[in-house]
Amino acid sequence: MADGGGASAAPGFQFRGAMLPLTVLELYSYDAREFESALCERIAQAPGFFSGMPLVVGLEKFAGAAATVDFAGMLATCKGLDVQLLGVRGGGDELVAAARSVGLAQFPATTSRPPRDEVRAQERTAESASEAKPPPAAADNTPRCASRVVTQPVRSGQQVCAPEGDLVVLSSVSAGAEVLAAGNVHVYGTLRGRALAGIHGDEDARIFCQSLQAELVSIAGRYKISEHLQGSGWKQPAKAELRDDTLIVTPLAE
Amino acid sequence: MAKIIVITSGKGGVGKTTTSASISTGLATRGFKTAVIDFDVGLRNLDLVMNCERRVVYDFVNVIQGEAALQQALIRDKRAESLFILPASQTRDKEALTREGVEKVLNELSETFDYIICDSPAGIEHGAQMALYFADEAVVVTNPEVSSVRDSDRIIGILQSKSRRAEQGEDPVREHLLLTRYTPERVDRGEMLSVADVQEILAIPLLGVIPESQAVLNASNQGVPVILDEESPAGQAYDDAVARLLGENREHRFLQTQKKNFLQRMFN
Repeated sequence: MADGGGASAAPGFQFRGAMLPLTVLELYSYDAREFESALCERIAQAPGFFSGMPLVVGLEKFAGAAATVDFAGMLATCKGLDVQLLGVRGGGDELVAAARSVGLAQFPATTSRPPRDEVRAQERTAESASEAKPPPAAADNTPRCASRVVTQPVRSGQQVCAPEGDLVVLSSVSAGAEVLAAGNVHVYGTLRGRALAGIHGDEDARIFCQSLQAELVSIAGRYKISEHLQGSGWKQPAKAELRDDTLIVTPLAE
Repeated sequence: MAKIIVITSGKGGVGKTTTSASISTGLATRGFKTAVIDFDVGLRNLDLVMNCERRVVYDFVNVIQGEAALQQALIRDKRAESLFILPASQTRDKEALTREGVEKVLNELSETFDYIICDSPAGIEHGAQMALYFADEAVVVTNPEVSSVRDSDRIIGILQSKSRRAEQGEDPVREHLLLTRYTPERVDRGEMLSVADVQEILAIPLLGVIPESQAVLNASNQGVPVILDEESPAGQAYDDAVARLLGENREHRFLQTQKKNFLQRMFN
């Protein structure tokens, strides 16, 4: 962005790993007209939410024949409704080949434990495979459904973890306690214990707290202990983030 | 149904047994039928502080293991007639306390008593967990210093996760903070954590502040619960704490440095 003309020796780009929020549309069966009217209906419920939304079609639970899916038609339908179809996730070879032929990307099928919504959806489809309607949560929820909110103080010796999302603590984190999250960590009390954000390597994760008195803060493995935190933001509302691979702590007021 | 109150702290030597003796005596002198149980199996201090060590025949472990009836083991206090002491065994170890055995004894006591005070051993291991498991309320005894506050924080976490109420999803154990050995002069000099400091870290309601007092040691040595020493600030502070435990609204005392009056200043 900033290095348009100045740094001529440096390459014009750099590859970085990123975990971006995406909405997955789980497809159970496909009929062009039904698909369009159902999608239209959902979008009408929350037009602002869907406008320009990047979307991936989940094929893991697709029960129909591969030949029934017309990806070109689906792409056109989505475009017409201002939804950006990016690719497909999972699905058999035939489906993947069809998707790729119209320029859709292929994402690997989810292998880790499915979030609760999916488990429930699986149970539901197992009960009644015929009335395969998409679970309402799949479209309504933003992808941050794995966030965890803790209302009680986190006491010495306790460990609270949000393994798939953000962790929000509405109270204090005591000395000797540990809070961890795959995403951001928010502490709306005093942070006296240890806080680790981005535990799966998300370098964009941050830590926010109302008063920084932490034993340790860490983002994606880069950490600082309390001795090295005294300089900036100590005993103040503060945030910690990674900049150029370095953990930076600043007061929130700045 | 008796109300079960555990006196706990995590750290040792902060005044759990002193507090158990005084609170149980305070409840009994107000007319409540009260039992106080020493969970510190292997060390046995409560009967000393209550001055009944020479009357111990059977103990808590004997009752749990069916070697004695509860009535045989309970010792009636000589000063407060509705107070009974269930002493700890000195010859067994803490593993003798089983959850089923403790539950059986507490259930039996519950039928006739108003309050059951459980004097917890130090630490966070088996004995301490047995003492707090069945509690309805907890008095967390804390000294105004960092390691005691840390241990209290730890034990509050255990109360919130490993008590029966927590495990069965009932209303949580009601926690009370009792700050002991408090010296306002040292707080003023910055040598000791203040009430506000401790409350900010532990974030539970304050039951009372017991000032550091020579009377506490004297009372322990004589086998008289300090609450009966009505002259001493510590005795008065314990009486306030018992009143608050029963729902009375009393102002906190002994928090400030005692101002010297004119004559004291003249002759100092």
